[in-house]
Formats: sequence, C-alpha cells, structure tokens
Amino acid sequence: MATGVKPRVKVPKTAAAGDVITIKTLISHKMESGNRKDKDGNVIPRSIINRFTCDFNGASVIDMTMHPAISTNPYVEFKARVDASGEFKFTWYDDDGSVYEAAKSITVS
Amino acid sequence: MKKIFTATAATALAAIGAASALVAGPADIPLIIEGEEMIARAPAPDYIDGVDTIYSGWLFRSEETQALEVDDFENPAMPAVDYGLELWETADGSEGKSCASCHGDISEMAGVRTVMPKVNENGELWAMEEYINDCRVNRMGAEPWKRTKSPEMLGMTAAIGLQSRGMPMNVAIDGPAAPFWEQGRELYYTRVGQLDMSCANCHEDNYGNMIRADHLSQGQINGFPTYRLKWGGLGSIHRRFKGCMKNIRAEPYKPGGPEFTALELYVASRGNGLSVETPAVRN
Amino acid sequence: MKLTRRDAMAMGLGATMVAMLPLRVSAGSHGAIMAFTGGAEPGEGDITLTAPEIAENGNTVPVGVSAPGAEEIIILAMGNPNPEVADFKFGPAAGASEASTRIRLAGTQDVVAVARMPDGSFIKTSQNVKVTIGGCGG
Repeated sequence: MATGVKPRVKVPKTAAAGDVITIKTLISHKMESGNRKDKDGNVIPRSIINRFTCDFNGASVIDMTMHPAISTNPYVEFKARVDASGEFKFTWYDDDGSVYEAAKSITVS
Repeated sequence: MKKIFTATAATALAAIGAASALVAGPADIPLIIEGEEMIARAPAPDYIDGVDTIYSGWLFRSEETQALEVDDFENPAMPAVDYGLELWETADGSEGKSCASCHGDISEMAGVRTVMPKVNENGELWAMEEYINDCRVNRMGAEPWKRTKSPEMLGMTAAIGLQSRGMPMNVAIDGPAAPFWEQGRELYYTRVGQLDMSCANCHEDNYGNMIRADHLSQGQINGFPTYRLKWGGLGSIHRRFKGCMKNIRAEPYKPGGPEFTALELYVASRGNGLSVETPAVRN
Repeated sequence: MKLTRRDAMAMGLGATMVAMLPLRVSAGSHGAIMAFTGGAEPGEGDITLTAPEIAENGNTVPVGVSAPGAEEIIILAMGNPNPEVADFKFGPAAGASEASTRIRLAGTQDVVAVARMPDGSFIKTSQNVKVTIGGCGG
C-alpha cells in the first residue's frame, strides 16, 4: 500500500427527503503520472488511483475513472439525491491493488 | 523577416498588456477563511521604508487559486496538517514522549507562529523548525527531522502554524533580535546573482506588476508553510528563498543556515500586522 | 541543397513560430473522442464545462462538467501526452449529472467534455485554457 494515503469526505449530516446534496472528497495521493523522469533520466513508474466510486444505500451515485492527468491529492465534488436516511460508501482503487474506503451517514427527515 | 519580428513583438506586447489589465495591483476583496476575516492588508510597520501598505500574497492570486485557501476542505494542504496533528500525539524517541506529553493539546501552540523566528535562551536566532528539532533531540531523545523538505517537519509546522491562523504576525526585531534583523535587512537589499537583483527589486519595487505571466506579490511569508501548485505540496520558507535565489541565478544560502534565518526574521517583520494564514495556497 | 545563413535563420524562425503556437493538440486526442462515441461525431447540446480562462499553474486546474440528464461524461485534455483525464458515470442515486475535479494540463490547450445521453446520442463542448509559466521560469 502506498504510504500516508488518507481519505477525507464532506457530507451534510442532515437533509430533507428528495434533497440534492453536494459531496466533496479528497484523498492524499501523489498520483505519479508515469510521464516524469528522475534525476538520472529514468522514467518514474506510474502509480495512481485509477477509480473512485460512491454508493448510497447500495445504489451507485458516481463511478469515476481517473487517468494520470488527475492532480496530486485527487479532489472530486458531485451531487447525490437522498430519499431516506442511510450511509454513503466511498472507495478509491490504487494501481498497486490497494483499496481505500470511507463511509458517512446522513439523517433524512 | 523584419516584418515578422515586428508582428511577433507586437503580439507579445499585446499579450502582456492584456494580462496586466486583468490583474493590476492587489485585489480589493476581503480574505475570509472558514468564516473568519483575515487581516490581508495593513499599514506597513514604521521601520519599513519601501512600502506604505502591506498585502497578503493571496490578494495577488487568481480567483481559482484564492478559492482553494478559503475553505479548509478545498485546501489541498489539509491532509498534511492531519499528518502533523497525528505526529503531535505520537510518542517517539528514547524518552517515549510525544509533543502532547509536554505541551498538551496542540491548541496550546496558538500564537507561536506569530513570533517566529525568535532568539532562543542562548542568544541564537531559531526558526520554528529549530525549536521542533531541539525538542525532538533533547527532550524526546528522537532523531531530528530534515528541516526543509521532510513531510514530518512540513506537517508539524503547518499544524502548529494553523493554531495561530488569523492572529497578526508579531516578530520581535529589537533587543537580542536586533543584530539578526539588521543582517536580514542587509540581505534583503543586497543585489546578488547573475541577474544582479535583490529581494527588494521584485517584492518592494515591482509588486503588483507582471513578471512574465506571474503576478508579483510583496513576498510576504505569513502563510508558510504554503501549498504551492507548482510544488504539488507544502513547502517551507527556506525552500521558497532558495527558489527565488536560483531564479536570479544566484548561489542559494543553506536552508536552515544563519543567512536564511536572519532573512526570514526580516521578511517576517515586513509582514508584522498581517494575519497568519498557514497553510496558505499559492501558485 | 546548399543552405545559406539566411535560409537557416528563416528555418529557425519558422520552427520557433511553430513552437510558439499557443494551441497544443496531440495526435491521439480526436481518437479519444471517437473511442468514447464509437465513431460518431458528437453534436451540440446542453453541456457545460467550467474551467479558468488562464490557469496560474498547470499542475492543479479546477474543472467542472455538467450535462443535465447525461449518463456519462468524459473530460479530455487535447494537448496532454495522453488526452484522457476523467470519466464520470452517474448512477441512480446521483443528484445531477455534474462533477468537479482538479486536473493537470501540460500547456495551453483545449479542454473537451463529451456526454453520453440516455438516447445514445453524444454532445460535446470545449474551452481553451491558457497555462502560464511563472516569473523567471520559476
């Protein structure tokens, strides 16, 4: 596993049924593009997070494919529609096979 | 061929003109971070001759870069701050102590960033990095961190600095600090390098103007360690000084050495009165 | 062929002018659109791409895409070594077909967004983003 990878997510704690809410996510990752060379001229191998998904109560909100052109510490902002209380699950997939997860609950009234 | 040259030159000039028109001088908007207004412009301290008003570097950045600093979730430096907070609580070294063992909650560090660098009890001028490493070596029995570029030092200085965010910079320049401050001022105004430039040539005489496509700021350091888009990460004050010196084709002083620490004191004093913005975001 | 000094200078100038052309387009970039649409030319439609006109640094350029009703939106950077940037698929729990992220641009170029609509059609928009080089090249 790449070291020091930490996800951060921001989800409102409460919402009304049918609301469209904004979700922000950030994960610390160097996102080495594979296009750079080190001081000796050797290509630094690609090492990125290549996919990010968010589900709400088992239903997909977003499924994103990331390429090396995504900046260091990938940031994603998107919208979800909530009809009932439940849990958002966030998953990041690393090139090296590591999977990073986070979850946030929301109370819908 | 001459005609082509003329046309190219005219296009280049027009491009510079357009860029200057877009961003002339510091922006006239408040800097509000997480609902708290920062002091982003203030009367220059009376010991500063070259400028009347001091401005946060934030005011010179594009709208998109500015937006990254005003919301802690958007701020790309915050994962490094989280790392610093974690290190604060982590015991290390032969004494089995963490920072928290002696200092308690990190919020106890509020105000520390505003007075750095500061003369220590032995009469030496130390920046925050030196105080941290002194604690690590002499109180914790741990290895010192690399002062200028290590993720540990950057995370810790950012986390400690954040505790003072919003408080005005207030470094001491008199008493035991006076000779260091004089040395720093001397360095600030001394032309060096193949381009034969001093700090003042850009940051006092030409702030607000464009240097190629870059909008020159006053070179204030109240937001360090700063997340630079160019670096793709946090960087320290001495790393920035080093970059500036390389840009003017000068041989940089040693990060952590007496010259840069004295310069840090002087440059910090030019920003006395501006809020600490750590961790700031710049281009 | 004998090159005179004047010829050589003219050629050098020509090369410089080409190098100075503000718009970069890599060879595979149009192919990346075709790969997504299955060969169909995308049309116009209700799709928005939000990006700065001038980016202070190409390492971190905020971009947003929105196409009401779209099932999938891709972002391409036409002048990057690889044009693919991101691909967003919106699921049943999405609140809107929109997303924002931060991307790397290798220089001044067109950024393109293409959306796949529920009826199988594709719509496209693009915006030129100028990427600046800092003072003293620093």
